[in-house]
Amino acid sequence: MFGSLTLNKGTFASNYYFNLKALPVTKKPSSSKKPEVTNLGYDARQAPINIKLGQDEKIALYRDMVRIRRFEERCLRSYQQSKIGGFLHLYIGQESIAVGCASVMGKDDHIITAYRDHGHALAVGMGMNEMMAENYGKITGCSKGKGGSMHYFDPSRNFWGGHGIVGGQIPLGTGIAYALKYKGLKGACMAFMGDGSVNQGAVHESYNLAALWSLPVVFIIENNGYSMGTSQERSSAGPSLAQRAEGYGMNWAIIEDGHDVLAVRDKVGQALKLAHDKSLPSVLEIRTYRYRGHSVADPDTTYRDKAEIEAYKSTKDPLNVFQLALLAEQTLTDEIIQKIDESARAEAETSAQFADASPYPSIEDIKKDVYWEIDNPADRKSVGALFFD
Amino acid sequence: MPVITYREALRAAMSEEIERDPNVVLMGEEVAQFNGAYKISEGMLAKYGPKRIVDTPISEAGFIGMGVGAAMLGLRPVMELMFFSFYSVAFDQIFNNAANIRYMSGGLINCPIVIRGPANGGTNVGATHSHTPESIAAYHPGIKVVVPSNAYDAKGLMKSAIRDNDPVMFLENTILYGEACEVPDGEYLVPLGKASVMRAGTDISIIGHGRSIQLALKAADLLKEKHNINAEVVDLRSIRPLDVETILNSVKKTSRCLYVEESKPFCSVGAMVACLISDQAFDYLDAPVKRLTSIDAPAIYSPPLEKLQLPSVERIYQAALDTLK
Ligand SMILES: Cc1ncc(C[n+]2csc(CCOP(=O)(O)OP(=O)(O)O)c2C)c(N)n1
Ligand SMILES: [Mg+2]
Repeated sequence: MFGSLTLNKGTFASNYYFNLKALPVTKKPSSSKKPEVTNLGYDARQAPINIKLGQDEKIALYRDMVRIRRFEERCLRSYQQSKIGGFLHLYIGQESIAVGCASVMGKDDHIITAYRDHGHALAVGMGMNEMMAENYGKITGCSKGKGGSMHYFDPSRNFWGGHGIVGGQIPLGTGIAYALKYKGLKGACMAFMGDGSVNQGAVHESYNLAALWSLPVVFIIENNGYSMGTSQERSSAGPSLAQRAEGYGMNWAIIEDGHDVLAVRDKVGQALKLAHDKSLPSVLEIRTYRYRGHSVADPDTTYRDKAEIEAYKSTKDPLNVFQLALLAEQTLTDEIIQKIDESARAEAETSAQFADASPYPSIEDIKKDVYWEIDNPADRKSVGALFFD
Repeated sequence: MPVITYREALRAAMSEEIERDPNVVLMGEEVAQFNGAYKISEGMLAKYGPKRIVDTPISEAGFIGMGVGAAMLGLRPVMELMFFSFYSVAFDQIFNNAANIRYMSGGLINCPIVIRGPANGGTNVGATHSHTPESIAAYHPGIKVVVPSNAYDAKGLMKSAIRDNDPVMFLENTILYGEACEVPDGEYLVPLGKASVMRAGTDISIIGHGRSIQLALKAADLLKEKHNINAEVVDLRSIRPLDVETILNSVKKTSRCLYVEESKPFCSVGAMVACLISDQAFDYLDAPVKRLTSIDAPAIYSPPLEKLQLPSVERIYQAALDTLK
């Protein structure tokens, strides 16, 4: 099926530095040399996890990426219309990662991420309405307007946020893995962070705990090259971000083709399997790129040039690349593409209308959801004052 | 006199001190090449070079702790937290190391570090980015805390903070960065620990710190306009050291006090001030000291609700009337 695909082989050939499966816990001390590319010929399409994908499933992957992009474009417009306050961090350019990762989640697999969380939220199945309403600060939002764009949560979908403090979510992801193991569940937690977050102490402490106690956690570094206006080279020492795992004897891999949703599925699938079968943690560094400024407030004019953005877009756009591949194998047609696009736009538009029409929280709502006992007065056990206004 | 913004005032203070003292270094996330997340340090890298203006990775515990260590050896690091809220990542370095090192070394070591950044809500950045830790900081003996409410004070206090031989937490405000007032050219210092009577009055003392002072001044205008009430507005400027004398003098004159601050109520600066007043000026009071704070919950994101959660001109005006009842 893929044999007829003439489109850039390079686009799909994943240049993995290491094959997770082939890599037991690394004992070698880390060298400062760049790791060697060991399996250049690897083709994500042929990976078992991808080869079994039906046409509908592939279309669903494509559709989810389109939905994320259209949702965020609509968010941007709302932000420009001052309907959204605070920060708005767009995920545009990175859609293949959230969608690829969510698509390999099993019933007991969990996700936690940072503030750039719209993609992950949609990918795990949260609805645009509750997300947009959250951005608008409405009571119908997923966090009742209390968290905002950076703080989405949906525990019913194994999605644990949405976190504003760089690196702060990584110990939590490790704790979720601990709880999974404790409860004897065959699940894992994918804990996402950016390339700038890897320098937080909490991340390293989590690495050690996870490796020491063999916790089923997959640390996923979405390396988009920049933390705000700081390039990776200016923030991080050492040969690569993922390789730091070696210091803790953890498995690690770099996924060069982070724009390729199938490559993401394959590699993350392997890491999850390692966590499920052997309760082993791993660190994956997925190379990707963000098209927009760090947040919408970032003018994005000082630390990179437009040509760099355009170069990435024109060759590695996750939507385009997958669309072309699916067109070539005739899974997608122009007609289906158009329909998907239109319906994603309509869905995003509807969410904006929903958010607009929804009420704000009331002033009384400010003090709800602070204490469990206040929200559940019938079950309150403690006595005494909890608020001091 | 030139009119400059709070942002420019901070930049001028740091620049003057960098020129004056080779041991002064400005460090933090995005302060150099990006010119500062809030552009406080704009142009400073170009002017002073990478030895004096230093970009750090996102490692607050590491780089704040490093600043503490460097200060122990005589540097005067000015450490920017992009948001003061991120101080919690460096809590141990600040409150175990910076605060205690002088004491535990029996006075052999001192720590002339400034830790600065915006500590405020009101811009819908949510609970994680909206902490107002002045009372938490001031709780710790060994730490000094200042909260300038205007450009003039920002400059004079920053220069004093940099020259101070103790660790100073310098709490700024993103909403004030663009606010301008008259600031003289060149050298002047505002000493730490000197409150400022921003508006003289006889009927009630509205005391506070930070941006709340700007709101209190407007509320005082309203009180005058609508009820012919003469409110005195006292800006503490510095939380520790604290100008107890100015507080007491004002209250002795007006017999009523409203403390206004953006923090949460529990163990706030206002609670401390109320306690001091009841201790030392009880007989002068005609009413209990009243406090106005943010509504006691984490910072809500929802933009119109966050407005209601914080002190506002309207809320201050109302609270002052209640105090006068
Ligand atoms: C503890 C802490 N320090 C600083 C910040 C401010 N900040 C928010 S995002 C960010 C950059 C993070 O970059 P990266 O980890 O690469 O993630 P990306 O934004 O690229 O997704 C910074 C410095 C923060 N939110 N928390
Ligand atoms: Mg990044």
